[in-house]
Amino acid sequence: MNPARLNCERSGDILVLHLSGDWRLSAHPPGAADAVAAMRAMPRPAGICFDTTGLGDWDTGLLIALIAIQREAEALDLALDASGLPDGAQRLLRLAFAVREPAGARRQRRRHGLLEQAGEATLEVLSAARELLSFTGELTLSLARFLRGHASYLRSDLAHYLQQAGADALPIVSLIAFLIGMIFAFVGVRQLEPFGAGIYTADLVGIAMVREMSAIMTAIIMAGRTGAAYAAQIGTMKVNEEIDALTTLGIDPVDFLVTPRVIALVLMLPLLSLYASLMGITGGLAVGLLMLDVSLPQYVQQTFNAVGLNALFGGLFKALVFGALVAMAGCQQGLACGNSAMAVGLATTRAVVLGIVLIVVAAAVLTVIYVNLGI
Amino acid sequence: MPAAEHIAVRDLTLAYGDFVVQRNLNFSIRRGDIFIIMGGSGCGKSTLLRAMIGLKRPDRGDVYYDGRPFWDAGESEREQTKRRFGTTFQAGALWSSMTLAENIGLVLRQYTDLDEAGIREVARCKLMLVGLAGFEDYYPSEISGGMKKRAGLARAMALDPEILFFDEPSAGLDPLSARRLDDLILELRDSLGTTVVVVTHELASIFAIGNNSVFLDADSRTQLATGDPRALRDGHPDFRVRNFLQRGAAPREQQPA
Repeated sequence: MNPARLNCERSGDILVLHLSGDWRLSAHPPGAADAVAAMRAMPRPAGICFDTTGLGDWDTGLLIALIAIQREAEALDLALDASGLPDGAQRLLRLAFAVREPAGARRQRRRHGLLEQAGEATLEVLSAARELLSFTGELTLSLARFLRGHASYLRSDLAHYLQQAGADALPIVSLIAFLIGMIFAFVGVRQLEPFGAGIYTADLVGIAMVREMSAIMTAIIMAGRTGAAYAAQIGTMKVNEEIDALTTLGIDPVDFLVTPRVIALVLMLPLLSLYASLMGITGGLAVGLLMLDVSLPQYVQQTFNAVGLNALFGGLFKALVFGALVAMAGCQQGLACGNSAMAVGLATTRAVVLGIVLIVVAAAVLTVIYVNLGI
Repeated sequence: MPAAEHIAVRDLTLAYGDFVVQRNLNFSIRRGDIFIIMGGSGCGKSTLLRAMIGLKRPDRGDVYYDGRPFWDAGESEREQTKRRFGTTFQAGALWSSMTLAENIGLVLRQYTDLDEAGIREVARCKLMLVGLAGFEDYYPSEISGGMKKRAGLARAMALDPEILFFDEPSAGLDPLSARRLDDLILELRDSLGTTVVVVTHELASIFAIGNNSVFLDADSRTQLATGDPRALRDGHPDFRVRNFLQRGAAPREQQPA
């Protein structure tokens, strides 16, 4: 292949650009830098013309150079005579300049100062909080309609959500709760056995699982599993104008899409959490039986003595609150989704992050309340 | 005798935040019209449609149905008015988790006291009208783009609406499907007396079905013309209107008629 070359030659007032070789993009042609430099260096040449007798194959590689040359020629107010170019290149060049760039069409990239960025971020957080608040209000009204039987939704949808947020989640909840129970038991055995208090591992695992961990762990699993799914489902419906279709037909999207999902998760999360407690205690039991000198009835009895009803109901109430928060985060982000595939991904991510943040904040608040109530 | 004014748009201004999309829109639609909202891409046609069907509140002005204000009315009156509309969206906007029959059935379940068998019967009938007999139990993802639009039309017609709104009915359809959809729209208007409002920029459709129109301009952000699209094409004084309707082939100077 013949390497591409650009030679500039001055003849009188005219700058002649000799193009030779193969101007193919794949061969990295030299570009227009030399020509532009020559155009600037000349003491007012009257015009530019091309000599392409040695030009071989060409493609966009040539056109890019020609566009740069014509731009520069216009900027310097030089007459450009394109007649020396191959016919195809002349036509492409004319086409490229046929529609002039409208003034103001190009996006201005503006750099934001640190202060400005901080201000914008603050405003964003505030408006996000306001949106979440107004969504909570809408959801409350919708729940009232649901309870009075005025909300339009499909029973089959509700059943589907119940299954999705309940039975379908059992395998992952089992696995994680069982392993967490085992981990707690390991820690307990190691720390307590030197004092001859190994049996208190049962207390540690039982109380930790029932009061705190099973609700939090299950809620976090459900935020990643079901909350994300809610955001993606509703977000995709938004992109497809399915939400608009509901609204125009007088069906409230919150009634139809959000409330059944929230109810499903609020009902299912306490049940899953209870199940997770059992799995966690079973995990602890397995470790206890293997590493401690206790019998099965001893361990079980110890657990029963340690875990009171207060702890149980405290844990279940937490799970109920977490269920509502996870479902709300998922649905709210889904409804606030933009109109593109990227936006659906963003909504899903935000749903999970918001869900987990809400869970942790609510857990802290509830723990403080429980301590003050003496539960 | 001129037909009664069915829909009137008065001094309508549409904006997103500070950005005004269209201002000072004024036009009327008579009962039984097939009214075209036209203009170049991005001029605010769909936004105008959204204001007319209650999805986007205008910043100024109002839409009047049978002389009664739409946005200025209370929430419940607006809901009542909306029930007289049927809308089809650009991509059909069928609910993807439901079959075609369930899509139509949901609307009927919402507003009628038909039993399951009756709902299914109506859904079947509507699908037959749009040429989709036998597709009751298909999901939207299992049918083609043209079929989705027709199914969307069947859903829009579920409650026998007085006014049908179409957002880009022929966008993305092959010429024959687009033509069939146009014929269907004409047929529905003639047989049911429905008023039809169509957002489109497909010239073939505009001339085939439209008998009244408004032309929106993106640069001046207001309407340039209103009336029968054929008359606008042949004799409107504004070059931009004629040029659009003649596919960019209009002479600068208007020829003496």
